[in-house]
Amino acid sequence: MEILWEPWQLAFMQRALIAVLLVAVLCGVAGSLLVVRRQALLGDAIAHSLLPGAALAFAVNLPLSLGAFAAGLLAAFCMAVVPQRSPVKEDAAMGIVFSAFFAAGVALISVIQKERKIDLSHFLFGNLLATTPQDLVEMAIATAIVVGAIALFYKEILFYSFDPEGAAVAGLPVRTLEVGITVGITAAVTVGMKAVGVLLVLAMSIAPGATAYLWMPRRAGGDGHGGLLAASAAWWGCTAAISSTCLRGPPLCW
Amino acid sequence: MLTIENLTAGYGAVPVLAGVTLAVEGGLTGIVGPNGAGKSTLLKAMVGLMPATGQVWYGGQPLERQRERLAWVPQRSQVDWTFPATVWDVVMTGRIRPRSWLRPLTVVDRRRAIAALERLGMAEYRDRPIGRLSGGQQQRVFLARALARESEILLLDEPLVGVDRPTEEVMWSVLRELAAAGKTLLMVHHDVGMARNVFDRVLLLNRRVVAWGEPEQVLTAANLQEAYGQALAAA
Repeated sequence: MEILWEPWQLAFMQRALIAVLLVAVLCGVAGSLLVVRRQALLGDAIAHSLLPGAALAFAVNLPLSLGAFAAGLLAAFCMAVVPQRSPVKEDAAMGIVFSAFFAAGVALISVIQKERKIDLSHFLFGNLLATTPQDLVEMAIATAIVVGAIALFYKEILFYSFDPEGAAVAGLPVRTLEVGITVGITAAVTVGMKAVGVLLVLAMSIAPGATAYLWMPRRAGGDGHGGLLAASAAWWGCTAAISSTCLRGPPLCW
Repeated sequence: MLTIENLTAGYGAVPVLAGVTLAVEGGLTGIVGPNGAGKSTLLKAMVGLMPATGQVWYGGQPLERQRERLAWVPQRSQVDWTFPATVWDVVMTGRIRPRSWLRPLTVVDRRRAIAALERLGMAEYRDRPIGRLSGGQQQRVFLARALARESEILLLDEPLVGVDRPTEEVMWSVLRELAAAGKTLLMVHHDVGMARNVFDRVLLLNRRVVAWGEPEQVLTAANLQEAYGQALAAA
């Protein structure tokens, strides 16, 4: 039994757990939105697109999450604009944009690696055990803002997600809602990136949302339960991770 | 008075619908015409859901700026019925107004929603997920939402397609009640034969206005032939 609680006496493990719990709540809630809006892969596409932003920020000594967030927003903007301005369909546009961003990110990191020591796998799979107190503060603020905004505008978001045309006819500012939801999801995957990396953050978002979807007939429950489920899974994931010798990120995504 | 002035709508160079002009003061107006005549397009263009030129006025003001006076009943096939929402969630969206961002829904909102559900015989289904309703029940929920909105104008896109007989009856009675109360209802309808008996006015479309006015003046053999071609006029 000792193996279950022994790791938690270490400070870095405690920080890792808090980080994962925050990510679980944030990505679980934002991910539930992705699931019900049938945009599960949009989250993945945005997550992959964070890479060049994080790399650039690292190169010029800015906070990684700031660069990653900006790149995610730019990618989301491109994915929205390309299908509107050209005959290219949404899914194709998404594929083109995120693979281009991701490729640029890998290329940038390999260039930066020549000058400074940096490990690509920290971006791809996260570096949870290196979570600093400063990181925790940033994660907590992002979680509070995004979850708070979703709670505050819940009825409008529900209306728009279920019936976008009806919401537009009713006079809701649908463009603002769409942008707001996208910014929230980008913030969620950016925070998630720190814990589990750009490749696997989708699992933190979609799996809890989808599980909640199976359990709950309505999203009112779905959102909250997504967060709770993710949080409980995070505990077991963390414990399993430290007990084994594998990378820290992947076990969380099971 | 709801006024449409020279409304032209479509995505490409050739408009789906051209130069629609008419004025309606209350009552139940049926929009009929062949497939591809632009019936749904007219409704969508009126509320800005597709690119259009021309004006739509209500009470001397652009309809655009009076969305709270408008209710929209979409075609059933346009809605994602697997969405995890209950009947109650959907009806309550009818009470959401523009500029009410941080206002929680009130007791009045709840009362209106309950009354609307009761009127359509759906009160006992309020906690049921919408995906587990029959086609007729789904359509009742959407009419209940429009009713809960307490709007002056209702735009309905084929609300009676694929519904069962009892639903059709209760929906007609609600629509007539609203028309009698002075509301303006525009409703796309597929059944021309029925249109003669149920509407106060009929708009016959085929990518433009073929005829508009009292049913017996509009639904003449000559007009129907112009709109539908030989086949239907002969039948």
